[in-house]
Amino acid sequence: MGERLLEVTDLSTHFFTHAGVVKAVNGVSFSLDRNETLGIVGESGSGKTVAALSLLRLVPDPPGKIVEGSIVLKGRDLLTLSEDEMREVRGNDIAMIFQDPMTSLNPVFKVGWQIAEAIMLHQGKGQGEANTMAAELLTRVGISDAARRANEYPFEFSGGMRQRAMIAMAISCNPEILIADEPTTALDVTIQAQIMDVIREMQGVYDSGVIMITHDLGVVAQMADRVMVMYGGRTVEYGPVDEVYYNAHQPYTWGLLGSLPRLDEVEKQRLTPIKGQPPNLLLLPPGCPFCGRCPYERPGCREAFPELEIVGPGHGVHCWIPLDERVAIREKLPHFMASVA
Amino acid sequence: MSLLEVKDLKKHFPIKSGVLRRTTGHVYAVDGVSFAIEEGETLGLVGESGCGKSTTGRVILRLLPATGGAVTFDGQDVMSASHAEMQRLRRDMQIIFQDPYSSLNPRMKVNNIVGESLRIHRIGTDKERRARVAELLETVGLTVEQGERYPHEFSGGQRQRIGVARALALNPRLIVADEPVSALDVSIQAQMINLLEDLQSRLKLTYLVIAHDLSVVKHISDRVVVMYLGKVVEIADSSLLYERPQHPYTEALLSAVPIPDPRTERARRRIILEGDVPSPANPPKGCVFHPRCARMQPDPCTVAMPKLESTVGQDAGVDHKVACYFPTRYAADGTATANAPV
Amino acid sequence: MTDTTSATSFDAPQPDSLLSPTAASGVPTTPPLGLWADTWRRLRRNKLALVGLGIITVFMVIGMSQIIAHLLNIQLTPYDPNGVDYALSPKGLGAPPSAAHPFGTDYLGRDILSRTIVASRVAMLVGVIAVAIALVIGLSLGPVSGYYGGVTDAVIMRAADVFFAFPFILFVLLIMTVLGPGFVNVFIAIGLLSWAGYARLNRGSVLSVRTMEFIEAARAQGASDLRIIFRHVLPNTMAPVYVAIAMGIGGAIATEAALSFLGIGIMPPDASWGSMIANYLTYVPAGSWWMEFFPSTALVLTVFGFIAFGNGLRDATDPKLKE
Repeated sequence: MGERLLEVTDLSTHFFTHAGVVKAVNGVSFSLDRNETLGIVGESGSGKTVAALSLLRLVPDPPGKIVEGSIVLKGRDLLTLSEDEMREVRGNDIAMIFQDPMTSLNPVFKVGWQIAEAIMLHQGKGQGEANTMAAELLTRVGISDAARRANEYPFEFSGGMRQRAMIAMAISCNPEILIADEPTTALDVTIQAQIMDVIREMQGVYDSGVIMITHDLGVVAQMADRVMVMYGGRTVEYGPVDEVYYNAHQPYTWGLLGSLPRLDEVEKQRLTPIKGQPPNLLLLPPGCPFCGRCPYERPGCREAFPELEIVGPGHGVHCWIPLDERVAIREKLPHFMASVA
Repeated sequence: MSLLEVKDLKKHFPIKSGVLRRTTGHVYAVDGVSFAIEEGETLGLVGESGCGKSTTGRVILRLLPATGGAVTFDGQDVMSASHAEMQRLRRDMQIIFQDPYSSLNPRMKVNNIVGESLRIHRIGTDKERRARVAELLETVGLTVEQGERYPHEFSGGQRQRIGVARALALNPRLIVADEPVSALDVSIQAQMINLLEDLQSRLKLTYLVIAHDLSVVKHISDRVVVMYLGKVVEIADSSLLYERPQHPYTEALLSAVPIPDPRTERARRRIILEGDVPSPANPPKGCVFHPRCARMQPDPCTVAMPKLESTVGQDAGVDHKVACYFPTRYAADGTATANAPV
Repeated sequence: MTDTTSATSFDAPQPDSLLSPTAASGVPTTPPLGLWADTWRRLRRNKLALVGLGIITVFMVIGMSQIIAHLLNIQLTPYDPNGVDYALSPKGLGAPPSAAHPFGTDYLGRDILSRTIVASRVAMLVGVIAVAIALVIGLSLGPVSGYYGGVTDAVIMRAADVFFAFPFILFVLLIMTVLGPGFVNVFIAIGLLSWAGYARLNRGSVLSVRTMEFIEAARAQGASDLRIIFRHVLPNTMAPVYVAIAMGIGGAIATEAALSFLGIGIMPPDASWGSMIANYLTYVPAGSWWMEFFPSTALVLTVFGFIAFGNGLRDATDPKLKE
C-alpha cells in the first residue's frame, strides 16, 4: 500500500484482578500502512477492543497493564513515551471513534465546542479559527447546516449525526491513523452504510490508515483490505481479505464464516455454528484458546500455542493441524463450498 | 383461517409536556399495520429503529393496549378478551425477549423462572411441574443441575435459551421472538437460530420474528414484513423480497446490509439513503417515506399514504404486497423493467 | 439438507464469561462472585464498617439475651439492676468505678453496668420493632406507588412528603403526648413516622426495575400485578433498603433515647439509656461523672455502630464505586 505507519509486535495487555490474571491481549502482532484499512474481527473476549485501547494507552491502570511488546508509530515506540508525549499523540497522530455515540460525546458541551477544543489543544489555534474549522469539518462529514448544528448540544443530534460528529472530532487534527471501534453497532443499517461511506471518504481525503474493529464479517468484507481474526486474546489468522474469506485456514475462521446467515443465499442452508460458549478469560489454556470448541482438536493443542505459519501471500495462520489435512477438512465444509463456487 | 390476523393496528403514545402535563402530540409508533400469519410458518418483521416493530409485537400480545385496529388469534379477538379469556390466550401466545441480561429475574433460580407460568396457571402438581421444567431445560440444551443456579452464572447465549424454555412451558402455538439473537455473539447467534428452527419442526410452532438484522430475518423466515415509521411498506416471501424488492425502502435496506463476501461486496451497487429517519412523533404527510425517496413525485406521494396491495400482474399467484405509487416492476426473468432505483 | 445434530448436543456450559453486560466496551471487568459474596469481599476492606459490625454484633447478643432474660424472668447481669444498696452510695452520690463495679454505682447504689446492660433490651426492641413497622408500611406503599405510577403514585408520594415535611422529633413528641408514654406507643410513634423514607427509597428503585424485561415476561405469562410487585419487583429493589434498615435501627435507638430523655418515652421500671442519661445528669456537677458517662457511651457506640455499618454496606453495594 503506502508507507508503513504502525508496527505492533508481540503486544500483551493483562488485567490483574482479584480473581486472577486476565490475558486480554496475548502476544498480538500486526501492522498498518497508509491508505489501507485493517479489519480486526472477533467476538466477546477476543481482545480486539483492549488491543485498540492499548495502542492509545487508554487501558485502565489498575487493573490493566501493557506487560509486553512494542507499538512503533512512524519510528517511535509509543510504549516508551511519557504521558505528556502520549497526550500529543492521541487525537493528533492516532484518533479513535468509539462504539456508542450516545455516551462518547459530552452532553453538557455544544458539539462545535467539543470539536474546536481538540483543534485548539493540538494545533494551537485560537477560539474563533477553531470554531470555523469545526463547522467546516461538520459539513465535510455530511452534516447539513453545519454552522447552526455546531451550536447545538449532543442530545439534539440523532445517532447517525452524533457518530458523524465523532468522526469530525477524530479527523480534526489530520491523524495518520483512525481507529474505529464498532462504530456502527449501535446504528441502524441504512445509517451504518452512510457512516461507512464517510469513513472511507475521510480516509481518502487525509490519506490515513484505518483500523476497523468489529464483530461483523460483512462490514469487514465491505471495508477492509486486510483482516486479522482474534480469539481469546490471540491472533489466530490474518491476511488480505480475499485470502482470509476464500482461503481460510483456521477452524475458528471456518466456524465464524459458517455461522453467518447470508442475505444472498439462494437455497436455504442450515447454519453450522461453533459449539460451546465464548471463552472464559480466567481459565484459558496455555495453548490455543479455541480448545474446547474446536471440532478438530488434537493432543498438543492445549499445551502450546501454534507458531505462525504462512499459507499464502501475506496470509498467516496459527494452527497445529497440518496444512494438507486442513485443506482436506475444508473441502468438505458446506458453506465453504458455497462461497468458493 | 390464519392463526394470527392483524388488521389496521394502531398504537399512538401521547406526548405530555408542560407543567400541567397536557398532551401536546403523539408518537405514531404503529399506524395502520396489517398482516396475517399462518399456522406453522415463520413471519419476519423487519425495520430500523423507530419503525414500530417491537411495539407491534407487544400490542399483539396485549402487553400494551392498542389505540385502534384488531388482533385475532385463532378466531378469538385479543383486544376485547376478558381477563379469563386473556389468561387462556396467554397460554397460546408467548414471547422471547432481546436482552438476555434483563429478561430473567436475577433473584430467581432458573427452575423457578422456567416453571413460574405453570404455577400461575395452576397446571400440574409440584412433582409434575418439576418434571416438566427438567424436560424443558433439556429441550433447550441445558442440564437439570443448572436449573438450581441463578441467571448470573450463565453466559448470554445460555440465558437466551433459558428464556426460550420459559416461553415453551405452556405449550404455546405462537411465539413472538423480539430480537432473539441481536445481543449474542455471532457464533452463539447461529446456535440459537438452529435451536429455534429445530423447536419449530419438533413442536409445531408458529413464529413472529422481530429483528433489524435482515440477513437473520431472511434466513429464518418464510415471509417478511418490512416496516417503516409505523407502516407496512412491503410483504413478500423471503427469497422474493431479496430477488425482486418493489419498494424503494426495501431496496435501500437490502443494499445497505453488508454481505460477508468480499467479491460480492465489491460488485454491489449501493443505494445510500439521504438523511435520517424522521421522528415517529412527526411523520411526513402523505407517504411516510417520501422525503428520502429518489423516485418521489409531489403528486401523489405527498398527498396520501399509498395502500398496501398486490401490484397488478406482478408475481401472479404469489402473495407480494407493496405500499408504493411507483413500485419497481420486474420481467419474468427478474430484470427490473420500471421504476428501478437510479 | 437434514442435520442430525439435535438441540441437545450442546457442550456442557462453562462458567460465566468474564465479560459482564456492562462491559460493552469489551474491557474485562472483575466477575461478580454472586450477590452477597461480592458485597462481603468489599465490606471486609472497610475497617470502619467492620468495627460497626462488631459493635452491632455485641449489641445484638446482649440485647437478645436480655430480652430472653426478661421473658423468662431471670437475671443475666452481674448484679440486680434495681437492687438498691445505700451502702454503695456514700453521700448519695454513688461510688466510682472499681473492681467490683466496673461502671460504678448510681446514687441509689445500683450497679451501673447491670443497668446499662438491661437497658439494651429496650433499645433493641425499639430499634427492631419500630423499623419493622416502618418497613411493613413503607415496603407496601413504596412498590405500589412506583409500579402503578400516575395518580396512585402522586397520592402516596404526597402523603410521604407530608411526613417528611414535619420535623421528626416534634411529630413524635406530638404523637407521644397524645398516646401517652409506654412501650408500645414508642414503637408506633417511631415506626409510623419513618415509613416515608423507606417508601420513597424503594419507589426509586422500583421505577427503574419495573421497565426491565423480566417484568414484561412475567406479565406475558399471565402473572397478576400483586405477584409481579412482590415476587419480581420487590426482591430486586432491596439493596438500598438494607442500608436504610441499618441506619434506621440506629436512628430509632437514638430517637427512643431522646424520647426517654424528655420523659415521654420508656417509663420505669424499664430502664432505658435515655432515661438514665436524663436522671444522672444532675449528678455530674457534683463530680459523679461515671453515672452519666457509661450509658451515654453505650448509646453513642451503638448508634455509631449501626451508622458505620450502614455506610459501609452502602459503599459495598454500590456497583459504580471504584475499588
